Amino acid sequence: MIRLVGVEKKFADQPVLQGVDLTIPVGKLTTIIGGSGSGKSVLLKHMIGLLQPDRGEIWIDDVEISRLSGTRLNDVRKRFAMLFQGAALFDSLSVFENVAFPLREKLRMKGLEVGRRVEEKLEEVGLAGMGHKFPAELSGGMRKRAGLARALVMEPEIILFDEPTTGLDPLLAKSIHDLIVAMQRRFGFTAVMVSHEIPEIFAISDWVAMLRKGKIVLMATAAEFQRTTDPEIQEFISVGGTVALPGSLVG
Amino acid sequence: MTNVIEQLGAWAVKSVQEMGRMLLFVLSAFAWLARPPFRFHQIMKQLHFIGYRSTFVVVLTAGFTGMVLALQGYYSLRKFGSEGLLGSAVALSMIRELGPVLAALMVTARAGSAMTAEIGIMRITEQIDALDTMAINPRQYLIAPKLVAGVIGVPLLVALFDVVGIYGGSLVGVDLLGVSKGAYWNSVESAVEWKDVYGGILKSISFGLIISWVCCYKGFYTRQSAEGLGSATTEAVVLSSVLILVGDYILTSLLL
Repeated sequence: MIRLVGVEKKFADQPVLQGVDLTIPVGKLTTIIGGSGSGKSVLLKHMIGLLQPDRGEIWIDDVEISRLSGTRLNDVRKRFAMLFQGAALFDSLSVFENVAFPLREKLRMKGLEVGRRVEEKLEEVGLAGMGHKFPAELSGGMRKRAGLARALVMEPEIILFDEPTTGLDPLLAKSIHDLIVAMQRRFGFTAVMVSHEIPEIFAISDWVAMLRKGKIVLMATAAEFQRTTDPEIQEFISVGGTVALPGSLVG
Repeated sequence: MTNVIEQLGAWAVKSVQEMGRMLLFVLSAFAWLARPPFRFHQIMKQLHFIGYRSTFVVVLTAGFTGMVLALQGYYSLRKFGSEGLLGSAVALSMIRELGPVLAALMVTARAGSAMTAEIGIMRITEQIDALDTMAINPRQYLIAPKLVAGVIGVPLLVALFDVVGIYGGSLVGVDLLGVSKGAYWNSVESAVEWKDVYGGILKSISFGLIISWVCCYKGFYTRQSAEGLGSATTEAVVLSSVLILVGDYILTSLLL
């Protein structure tokens, strides 16, 4: 279980997180929503130790990771995988080599077993036969799929998704969402997703949390979240996360 | 007045912090190098990039440097009737100074800038963060092999530079200007001592470390923009070049 307690973070005196308390349920898909620049990606990066909080604690089961570094932090990270906004594929490696990378570098796996596991994951994400291509030759959706295959190949307990559908058209975004849900249901990993895709995320998430002014203002199941009476949250989810026009400009 | 002092103080604090961060960066990369897994393949790949792929530009620069050195040396020495010492003049200039400095500057321009750009792009596109999330330390995987390759590759390139430069000098001095072949090579042999070669090797190892250290550091801490990457690459080349020249003076004064 991931548990954040009173997490605070500033960048050059600009407060981003101002006391985040959040518990991510095990084996569920939790989505974090919030306005642009509200610190959703920053929050996600704290969970895997890419950023350290100025104050507060981050617990992964019974290990507090906010002050860990080196091999002790790496031991915790072995339980994680992350799909980045731009997929973060290594552009000097082919898709096959990208997916094989953690197997070869972390597990020191060699030979046929690598090929078998990589092909299996590529097939699962709909990229069978694309292993020879390089990231620059792939479309946005295919890059996300390749990134997802790389995240899945180590069979992690927790996968973090940082706006996995940014820059994709609605159909492609839906296919990536469907893929994430299918994989999560199949393998049962704990998924934490940062997304702007409202209302789609209510259909795929088990839990939804909203980050506003540096704090989690509501965390509830997807159905309960939509029934909230908080006017600001209602406004946010009803306009799909975009900034509403002032009344004088409407029409 | 207070403002000026305040700004100077802030600049001094920032500079000391930057130097401290640079030192920690290289120390942690070497510390990670000593831990398994050992990535010989990565080191060989970087040696190929820094060493082998810089060969052409180094040979070209060395050839013309030796040739122009022989040309200048010949007309200066002729005034004193000492053309026979041309070989020693070319060889000592090459081995002691020009070989290490010019080869290092060429490697900075060709491989150092590319190193900064490569690591910088990896930073901007979150590829370095991706390594971290896979529990693979980027300093161990990305930086340490480049440091090792710089320390091994630059001395080899300098050795090549010296040899080609001395042959370039012979081409102009002996074949074009008519200095006796025996006199040229004899003066090379008699003038060059082990101390000169040793000094050249020491310089080239130091310069190799400076190039890979500075260029990797600037790439690793690139600001998240295209402009940031551009200035990181420029800063890497300028700082490496300045440190090579300053380091050359310091090492020369210690070695003499």
